[in-house]
Amino acid sequence: MRMRNVEIGVGAFMLAGILALVVLALNVSGLNLSQQSGGYKVYARFDNIGGLTPRAKVAMSGVQIGEVTAIRIDPRMLMAEVEMQIFDQVDYLTTDSSASILTAGLLGEQYIGIVPGAEDEVLAEGDYIQDTQSALVLEELIGKFLFNEVSE
Amino acid sequence: MKPDNDCIIDIRDLTFYRGERAIFEHVDIRVPRGKVTAIMGPSGTGKTTLLKLIGGQLHPNEGEILLDGVNIPTLGRRELFEARERMGMLFQSGALFTDMNVFDNVAFPLQVHTELPADMIRDVVLMKLQAVGLRGARDLMPSELSGGMARRVALARAIALDPDIVMYDEPFTGQDPIAMGVLVNLIRRLNQALGHTSIIVSHDIKETLGIADYIYILSDAHVVAQGTPEELANVESEQVRQFMQGLPDGPVPFHYKAPDLMTDLLERQ
Amino acid sequence: MLDLLQKLGHRGLSRLAAFGRAGQILLQSLLARPQPLTMFPLVVRQIYFVGVLSLVIIIVSGGFIGMVLGLQGYTILVDYGSEQAVGQMVALSLVRELAPVVAALLFAGRAGSALTAEIGLMKATEQLASLEMIGVDPLRRIIAPRLWAGFISMPLLAIIFAVVGVWGGSLVAVDWLGIYEGSFWANMQQSVDFYDDVLNGLIKAVCFGIVVTWIAVFEGYDCIPTSEGISQATTRTVVYSSLAVLGMDFILTAVMFGEL
Repeated sequence: MRMRNVEIGVGAFMLAGILALVVLALNVSGLNLSQQSGGYKVYARFDNIGGLTPRAKVAMSGVQIGEVTAIRIDPRMLMAEVEMQIFDQVDYLTTDSSASILTAGLLGEQYIGIVPGAEDEVLAEGDYIQDTQSALVLEELIGKFLFNEVSE
Repeated sequence: MKPDNDCIIDIRDLTFYRGERAIFEHVDIRVPRGKVTAIMGPSGTGKTTLLKLIGGQLHPNEGEILLDGVNIPTLGRRELFEARERMGMLFQSGALFTDMNVFDNVAFPLQVHTELPADMIRDVVLMKLQAVGLRGARDLMPSELSGGMARRVALARAIALDPDIVMYDEPFTGQDPIAMGVLVNLIRRLNQALGHTSIIVSHDIKETLGIADYIYILSDAHVVAQGTPEELANVESEQVRQFMQGLPDGPVPFHYKAPDLMTDLLERQ
Repeated sequence: MLDLLQKLGHRGLSRLAAFGRAGQILLQSLLARPQPLTMFPLVVRQIYFVGVLSLVIIIVSGGFIGMVLGLQGYTILVDYGSEQAVGQMVALSLVRELAPVVAALLFAGRAGSALTAEIGLMKATEQLASLEMIGVDPLRRIIAPRLWAGFISMPLLAIIFAVVGVWGGSLVAVDWLGIYEGSFWANMQQSVDFYDDVLNGLIKAVCFGIVVTWIAVFEGYDCIPTSEGISQATTRTVVYSSLAVLGMDFILTAVMFGEL
């Protein structure tokens, strides 16, 4: 009888541990296994990416439609090149869409916001988004502001 | 030496050091088969160490320990465990497994070494417990036993596999006179009934003399005397006499080594 | 001066020897021919003592640490107007650092010391020696099940610690301080990555579990079998495993999250 209680206790303990791991995975880290599957890659070049990091979200109207998979320097254009993976079901981004690096909240993370254009043709695997807007850099902003003040 | 060729354990030229200190130096001991052999000596002479050497838990620096011609210190791990199945040992503290009750303690060696079905193990265990008079205590935990009872349970466990050799490490220390009598009786009776060889390590002279067939007395890393109880009673050696009669002072001094009392007292000035 | 040097060398050598013995024990007990039938019930029993009985302290301290993190995080972040980030702060610090480290420290104090004392007492009462004389290897019968139980229990305890901590943080942040629940969880999910954060935290917990259990079991097996020796061994278990956990945590963090 005593051994049985021990076994039940241990079983419950192991179960609790595994359940806790599932909670961590789904609730805390927001792991979404279906999201892993597929998607197509598009690229965009920016003058300055600010604090953008891989795995940052790519959003349209604030809704996530993909994520940043890689960031590198394009040695020919001397600009930052960002590789994004867009979910498969998002097949309506036109070729003249624009991408800009935005910040969620005052101190939040940076993400890429995409605004679709008016063309009929849509972006496919390997395409580049031409119309881009770089991250806001505080120093440049202050510089512009001062310049305007002086010129007035 | 007694002309007894039928000896089960033959220790030859045994030397063992613990750190710098010699515990044994060129010691020869022969244990006759089927008899009760006692190893005696003052505390700290390494009597327990001798049992551990025989059990292969310690390795000697020199010499052989032959168990039926097999030299124990040279055995590999597995052969050693096989050899140990032939030995039962009653530890000073009893060494019962505190997380098992009396029955399981005695059943443990059987469960590990035999493939007997559970009801046969039960029968054997109950018989062994009956032999030590504790069949009724089978459901108690070791913490619920008195010292004497714990030692009897340990004895039942030591003989569970019907070993050829049973080693008793200080079986009488710290026992009340009744428990002591019971144990003396048990050791003698079991030795006769089961026909195994007994080795008793002890410094309780009266009890040991009563049951031993042959006695070795150890002191200062050597065997200082050996013989049957009658022979030993008439030995001239002062060292043996001091030990056998329990005199407070003699070759084993009462005072620990120290400078002269007077100089010690005057040193403060 | 020469004396000091000699002492230092002597201590160093004996430490090295102890380390060697510890490795020997670990290998001998883990690599021994497995006997699943006899081993399984023993491991279950040890998981009960090592894991299940540590649950209460783990849950209580996890809850409180989560709550404190929520409160502290709020008071700091509210100055920058980004109190929604409390969820992210609580979850990240718990999952990456506090859950494995604090759980391991508690584990060393609660289970490690008990393991050392138990094995040490078994040695002092000659139970280990009598096992040997019965012809059973104490490394396999006594040490191996305890090692496995520690290896299994510790990561589970760390995960439970993290979950309870996050829950405690949400209790303070959402229910008490009134942060909007949606942004609390969304921020958290946004910033915590399953592979980078949760799995790395889990790897840490596994490493700590191995080290703490190993130290505890070794100190017990290697102790001087007197009451004084056991008490010293128990102290050593707690001190050494705490130091080992904190030191290893730095190394692991550097490897996992640093630029190494």
